Amino acid sequence: MAVIARLDDVTLSYAERVVLQNLTLDVVEGAITCIVGLSGAGKSTILRLLNGLRKPSVGRVLVKGQDLTQLTERELVNLRRSIGFSFQFAALFDSLTVYDNVALPLRENMHLSDDEIRPRVHEALETVGLAGTDDKYPAELSGGMVKRVGFARAIITNPEIVLYDEPTTGSDPIITHLLTDTIMHLRKKMNGTAVVVSHDLQSIFMMADYVAMLFEGAIIAQGTLAEMRSSINPIVQQFLQGSEVGPIPI
Amino acid sequence: MAANPLESVGRETTDLLEYVGGVALLGGESARLIARLRIRVAETFNQAYLLGVQSWSIVLLTSLFTGMVISLESAVQAVHYGFGSLVGSAVAFGSFRELGPMLSAVVVAGRAGAAIAAELGSMVITEQIEALEALGLSPVRMLVVPRLVAMLLMLPVLTIMADIVSILGGAWLASQVAHIDYDTFFTSIRQGVTLSDMLLGLLKTFAFAIIIVLIGSYQGLRTRLGAAGVGISTTGSVVISIILIFITNFLLSYILFGGSVGGG
Repeated sequence: MAVIARLDDVTLSYAERVVLQNLTLDVVEGAITCIVGLSGAGKSTILRLLNGLRKPSVGRVLVKGQDLTQLTERELVNLRRSIGFSFQFAALFDSLTVYDNVALPLRENMHLSDDEIRPRVHEALETVGLAGTDDKYPAELSGGMVKRVGFARAIITNPEIVLYDEPTTGSDPIITHLLTDTIMHLRKKMNGTAVVVSHDLQSIFMMADYVAMLFEGAIIAQGTLAEMRSSINPIVQQFLQGSEVGPIPI
Repeated sequence: MAANPLESVGRETTDLLEYVGGVALLGGESARLIARLRIRVAETFNQAYLLGVQSWSIVLLTSLFTGMVISLESAVQAVHYGFGSLVGSAVAFGSFRELGPMLSAVVVAGRAGAAIAAELGSMVITEQIEALEALGLSPVRMLVVPRLVAMLLMLPVLTIMADIVSILGGAWLASQVAHIDYDTFFTSIRQGVTLSDMLLGLLKTFAFAIIIVLIGSYQGLRTRLGAAGVGISTTGSVVISIILIFITNFLLSYILFGGSVGGG
């Protein structure tokens, strides 16, 4: 198994508050890695480290062989263009239509003509099941549709890695199933790598090839879904069972 | 335990320097992008409409009544002392040099500056700014530069319109309350005010445009604490912009007109 991205002994702190401490995480190429953990544990911060939106206080962030901590801002911008990012609440630009939201990276970064952009946007929207929504504004869509437009925007440039921040949070079980299916379908179609931050067990059990558990600023366990399920670590067990009884302070 | 006063002064000084540095960096980055013509033309026209065209009614209304009040205050006194023929130049002089540029800027800061801070602040708390960065796009190029260029284009235009309306309002009021006819009023302007008075006044508007957009954008982009933070940023944008407009207006007047008594 090849590792496409690695957080190597990373510590991140803001002023006196330590968010991540001596954290090491491997992202396996061509697989879906789910990062799980309690709310506010720093899971989303890991995604921001992986695309260079945050810099670690200590340690290295390696993506496709490049150490992000050593890159210039310009090099980081170029790298970010090859990593898709789906935000928790999609972060669509509310002044733009669905079509323009998805087309934006192609228009601004790749400078393609409208004739080149149109089929790609329509294909991406079709892939996430939103054909025919071109002219709608984000405010006119349901929560699940907004998230899928966010997925379409994240994959429009065919990135090798797509980062999903809490893709199913706040969705009902049916939409959760739909969104999870979409992530699996997109990963397969693009033959790429996905890193998903979530604490939605139903979704994790459906899609994860690998799971890493974040607890108190560090990855305390990492492995395949089967390995994690049979882990003897009581924290992992308590989390995966969704139990309130165990070593995790509530 | 009460905070050490020295520590408090030190912290506030650091915050002020950080703020000034942040605005300067934003201004520098915007200037660099404009110099390299990295300007989104369609978005700039859109912002010119939103920030400029949509502000015209409020700017003209305030200018009309300002011109009328200057005329009201000066015309009666001037006629009383036998200087009625100078009212036109007094109104035009004040409008061109000071009130036209400054009042237009203050009104636009209250309307458009607040709108910039609120919009960018909302984009911060809904992660739209971070989304731009994640897409490898510069928020300064995408959001700040179009607003800055639009404001640099529109504020001088609004000020010229404000100057004209202010003078027309002043002329009408002078004719009504002091019976100064239009011919006398406009002759006084031709004799007492030069084109350079108007052009130097317009020069100020470029500085005001920069203040309004950079402060509004910086306040918006540093928004924290959710919806409450948007309110704080918006209020801060208006207050800081207006204070800076007044200070800058004084400094520019001192530099541009300091040694001049005006008049042709």
